[in-house]
Amino acid sequence: MDNAADQNVEANPEEFYRSPTTTPEADPWALALEDIDLATGSIFQAQKHHEYFKRLRQENPVHYHDKNPEIGPYWSLTRYEDIMAVDSDFERFSSEPSIALYDEVLGEERAPMFIAMDPPKHNEQRGAVTPAVGPVRLKDLDKLIRERTVEVLDELPVGTPFNWVDKVSIELTTRMLATLFDFPFEDRRKLTYWSEVITTPPILMGLTIEERLNHLGECLQTFTSLFHERKFEGNESQDFISLLANNPATADMNGVELLGNLMLLIVGGNDTTRNSMSAGVMFMHDNPAEFQKVKDNEALIPSAVSEIIRYQTPLSYMRRTAKEDVEIGGKQIKKGDKIAMWYASGNRDESFFEDADKFIIDRANVRRHMAFGFGIHRCMGNRVAEAQLRIVWEEILKRFERLEVVGEPERVEHSFVHGIKDMQVIAHPRQ
Amino acid sequence: MAKIYVTDASGTDQVVDASNGDSLMNALLEAGVDGMLADCGGGCACATCHCYIEGDGMSLVGEVNAIENVMLDSAASERRENSRLSCQIDISDALDGLTVTVAENG
Ligand code: FES
Repeated sequence: MDNAADQNVEANPEEFYRSPTTTPEADPWALALEDIDLATGSIFQAQKHHEYFKRLRQENPVHYHDKNPEIGPYWSLTRYEDIMAVDSDFERFSSEPSIALYDEVLGEERAPMFIAMDPPKHNEQRGAVTPAVGPVRLKDLDKLIRERTVEVLDELPVGTPFNWVDKVSIELTTRMLATLFDFPFEDRRKLTYWSEVITTPPILMGLTIEERLNHLGECLQTFTSLFHERKFEGNESQDFISLLANNPATADMNGVELLGNLMLLIVGGNDTTRNSMSAGVMFMHDNPAEFQKVKDNEALIPSAVSEIIRYQTPLSYMRRTAKEDVEIGGKQIKKGDKIAMWYASGNRDESFFEDADKFIIDRANVRRHMAFGFGIHRCMGNRVAEAQLRIVWEEILKRFERLEVVGEPERVEHSFVHGIKDMQVIAHPRQ
Repeated sequence: MAKIYVTDASGTDQVVDASNGDSLMNALLEAGVDGMLADCGGGCACATCHCYIEGDGMSLVGEVNAIENVMLDSAASERRENSRLSCQIDISDALDGLTVTVAENG
């Protein structure tokens, strides 16, 4: 597929492009509309993105920007209704070749993953791994999640600050990921590292492109040998690797295909839940009255979990590519154009959520957030994610009077993964 | 147009008028039928629109497709012979009088 980015690339891949106009310092309401480049990690890092989205929802809900040399021209959808319509319409809006504005390219090759495929291939491959996270399996996982949560929370230092992200969010989500892959438990932090390598521009991690490829090569090698070990007749294990290895739709994947799907499953199960697990603590700290509501009534926890996910929106957008000329909100979108569906904006759309900018754990339509997406690509791990978050809050309430966030959390510079790197917390035990 | 006789997740009966071309899921969702969550908006990707088709309705609603088959296995409540995802059923005159029970989808 030839997309505009290919014709437009002037950026040096060894450097990290930052928009000259859309910066944390700029006034979101004063910039010329065409200079707004939402695919700018620094505005998310500085938490300025909400203002940009608010302005666009009001003034230019279907927005066009064509000055980003790495991405090329792209559209941004900022209203709930438009996003839902496009997300539900896989016939006219393709997920190929990539669901990020930056096409994922490994060396010369694109890594195919089912999230970035259309039917029928998408359905076959997704169908292969779905049982790993379905309700049947979830019943077994529930107990395991609780045991681990108890273990991790019981080991937390009391009365002195620690990094919640590392000690709780990463630890718990990585353990779960290791279980879902049946990955050697003691090596589980490799999964976290690979996930970061996949989503972060190498320069921001101090890696060269070659070093990045080496890491991904190691990731592939490790999984390829597990994949072959688990490919045998009668293997009914429900871990991702066994399921992929033994389903006719995926058993014969080549190296890049395997890597593509692994990347998807690792990132999908890692950054997302992790960042909701961190952000929730911050939201409860910032909104003590809401925290009090859950303390008074634990039955509100599932609702609070949905609200945390809405309010954080751990993946800010998904991209589609128009398969034909189409009009959205009065704008003419051409076949082949890139479109970012900004879930982060739809989730704050005042015309859908009353007091959208407020964190309200028992709001009426709390389940209608769009952080999991809609349509055939909707997050398949949402039940596992929700279970992890629900249990962590149940166990927090048993142990702690409150979790105090000290200082400003350190956030990641990313427009796709909306995340927190470091958040210092003091745990105050229950009296 | 088809009249659909629905028992919702809490056991209450109601009659829903469904328009041709709409999905059964949409018809039930718009009628505010209890238990019809339809989280993915009809993408066959969440199994929270699970219903049981009563009587001889199964012969009228078409075949289960491949992805629906996988999703039905991962539905929150028990899969039975008469289980369907209502987003995969299109309303037509032929479905007039169909009787369905909404599964516990939470
Ligand atoms: S609405 Fe999600 S599967 Fe039917």
